Amino acid sequence: MTFKLAASPHTHSRRTTQQVMRWVYLALLPGVLLQTYFFGVGVYVQILLALATAWLAEAAVMRLRNRPIAHAWQDHTAIVTAVLLAIAIPALAPWWVIVIGTLFAIVVVKHVYGGVGQNLFNPAMAGYVLLLISFPVQLTSWPLPSELAQLPLTFGDTLHIIFTGFTQAGHNLEQLRMGVDGITMATPLDSLRQDLGQAMTLTESLTKPIFGSLGGIGWAWVNLGFLVGGLILIKQRIISWHIPGGMLLGLLIPAAIYWLFHPDQAIPPLMHALSGATMLGAFFIATDPVTAATSNKGRLIFGLLIGVLVFVIRTWGGYPDAVAFAVLLANMTVPVLDKYTQPTVYGHGGRS
Amino acid sequence: MTIAIKEIDSGQLWNFPGGIHPPERKQLSNQGSITPLPLAQTFTIPIKQHSGAAGDIIVAVGDRVLGGQPLTHAGLNNGLPVHAPTSGTITAIAAGRIAHPSGLADTVITLTADGEDTLVTMPPLLDYREHGRSELLERIKQAGIAGLGGAGFPTAQKLALQRPIEYIIINGVECEPYITADDCLMREHAQTIIDGIEILLHLAGCDKALLAIEANKPEAIAQFEQLLPQHPQIALRVVPVKYPSGGEKQLIQLLTGQQVPSRGLPLDLGLVVQNVGTAYAVARAVLAGEPLIQRVVTVTGEQVSQPGNYWVRLGTSVADLLAHCGFQPTPTQRVIMGGPMMGFTLPDLAVPVVKITNCILVPSHAELPPAGPEMNCIRCGACADVCPAQLLPQQLQWLAKAKDYDGLEQHHLFDCIECGACAYVCPSEIPLVHYYRKAKAEVRQLAREKVKSEIARERFEARQERLEREKQERLERHRLAAEARKRAQAEAVAKGADDPQDAIQAAIARAKARKAAQAAAAAKQSDDESNV
Repeated sequence: MTFKLAASPHTHSRRTTQQVMRWVYLALLPGVLLQTYFFGVGVYVQILLALATAWLAEAAVMRLRNRPIAHAWQDHTAIVTAVLLAIAIPALAPWWVIVIGTLFAIVVVKHVYGGVGQNLFNPAMAGYVLLLISFPVQLTSWPLPSELAQLPLTFGDTLHIIFTGFTQAGHNLEQLRMGVDGITMATPLDSLRQDLGQAMTLTESLTKPIFGSLGGIGWAWVNLGFLVGGLILIKQRIISWHIPGGMLLGLLIPAAIYWLFHPDQAIPPLMHALSGATMLGAFFIATDPVTAATSNKGRLIFGLLIGVLVFVIRTWGGYPDAVAFAVLLANMTVPVLDKYTQPTVYGHGGRS
Repeated sequence: MTIAIKEIDSGQLWNFPGGIHPPERKQLSNQGSITPLPLAQTFTIPIKQHSGAAGDIIVAVGDRVLGGQPLTHAGLNNGLPVHAPTSGTITAIAAGRIAHPSGLADTVITLTADGEDTLVTMPPLLDYREHGRSELLERIKQAGIAGLGGAGFPTAQKLALQRPIEYIIINGVECEPYITADDCLMREHAQTIIDGIEILLHLAGCDKALLAIEANKPEAIAQFEQLLPQHPQIALRVVPVKYPSGGEKQLIQLLTGQQVPSRGLPLDLGLVVQNVGTAYAVARAVLAGEPLIQRVVTVTGEQVSQPGNYWVRLGTSVADLLAHCGFQPTPTQRVIMGGPMMGFTLPDLAVPVVKITNCILVPSHAELPPAGPEMNCIRCGACADVCPAQLLPQQLQWLAKAKDYDGLEQHHLFDCIECGACAYVCPSEIPLVHYYRKAKAEVRQLAREKVKSEIARERFEARQERLEREKQERLERHRLAAEARKRAQAEAVAKGADDPQDAIQAAIARAKARKAAQAAAAAKQSDDESNV
């Protein structure tokens, strides 16, 4: 009788890529549920659209590349990309926005570079930036938090507005976004940037109804949701603390210093931490292993770099939020970071 | 690098980076005592069972041998003898299957047992302190003792190096899952192991030994805690459970906080590491005169009905061993020699147990599922987090696949100890260690070819040079010969001999005269014809 040959080790931790990815999208749940609570079921519609597009696009590309389709579907990386992009864009954005973004993310950013593990740039963020540059209006038209919305929005309305641009009653997105005073409301970060740019003081700007207590109504809760999910991932050792820790430090330290010197013209640090895509970016986007640095030292620098870039772009840049740009810029530094942050190998002069 | 003796003596432990906690599954085999395996009918003894050169065979087919009788004679270099595991007749000396990952063949001596099991021993050296160092080292060498922990380095050779030694580290960590051979040996033979350690200390001329045991072996630890107070030279170190804390380099880091320099030896730090099994074998060889003819082997896995530890005579085939333990193979059975992390699979069961065989593992599908398909690397870095050598397994994998040998060198491929922690955690189930082994083999092969082509080039150039030199020498020789000839002629002429030139001139004159005569005769004939 002959026996089966195999290479050692003959045992495995049984944590597969699929499980890792499953943890990632399950950890998104608290944030996604809160986002749905504040911004409506449109979030789900966007996620479903993104998932369908991602699966179909991936199947088509795998077929073109003569590779087994199931192979790509199995690792669940496309699910993470799709969900991240879907929750990054406004919940009521027209359907073609998410479809174009997802197609670009999966086909160009991921598969043109060679598929999972080979891409230089974070697919979800590259897709987001493509959309932001191409469709700035749609990408900044966030619906009002449910507490402030003047017009009620049913599920049917949500579908209607995503697919036709109008609710069943004939209101368009602009009308939905009007506050009680009849003025369209921007996101907290957006209004702050505009106000501070127009020489208003922080105190004046913060009197607007969109700002609740912390980082803006709804936004603070959504960020806290993603923070909880992120901490779960760290606990489960899916991600290490280095990237989120680095990013939050890189953002908050300069923000705090700047705020101390310009207390009435700067975004307060807490607002930085709990608005926009800060927590989503720190725990779920910047931590994408494929496009991040690989050593712990490199990860810390990578995170710090993103944080500083977010602070710089939010403070002086032309866009209200900056996570996507910061992540893509940091992605470009990864090969250099990896080269110069190699740990000292055993027996090469390192200390215990 | 100097060793922090004060901290070490105070019992401080350090840590090593990375490491994993695979399921230990040791309780499967460590429940009972070590059972002697019944003698097999035939034994196949590979003549080389250690790292070094094989000895010269000193028996012939048909010879009757006694158990413990040497079958080979160790040469001058790093050779070790092998011994007959029992009494019987040599029935064959030929190429045969040995315990090697690639199923390589080597010379094996086949012994058919007579069943009487008559053993011979060497005279015991109970008063070993009265005997010379070289005599003791010779005894350990003649007993055929090689490191029983895995590498199989000749023990006497390790001790023979004349360098100051601060500590002897005795490795009883046994961090590999499933294996309990050292654990059970420590439970049952703690005193003999201590005796062996004292002999090793005596030989090394050093007075401190550190005995390291992993915290998951409470019975073994209790044994030593009870016995060691009478042996102040030996300090017990209970190390935390983490794989691969029993790796020589990792254990040194754990116990001393130092790293063995790359391509260096523990001796460079004043350390020698020996396995507990080796210490036991040394004690038996010196105090009882027993050569190394048996060892403890763990037989485990869910496909044997009687897992446990067995005293197995070296040369017993895995087939005989497993048959005794109630082996029920499944259709795609893997038979692993060694543990699940670093062991290798056997193609068939004709392979014999040798000095470095510590475990035979026959897992069921459920307990150790076969590896899934290899997926793409997602650069998650889990491999780098667990690498005890602080390598970047992921980068090494890309470089190995790209056959970028310079890059592999820069990423220190050869500092990989092949512990398998990276492949264990890889979510994409990439057989990383397999790629490193392959790349190492390729690099070695390239180095060999480079040496070969270098030698070939040197030989070619030397030949060209020689041909040219010979040509010049030949021409020179001809020139000298011609000159000598001329000089000899001139001298002969001067002495009054006939000048060869005169003879030539005379010959030419004769020839001319003959031609002239012929011409005259022809002219006369034509005149006669015309006159007719």
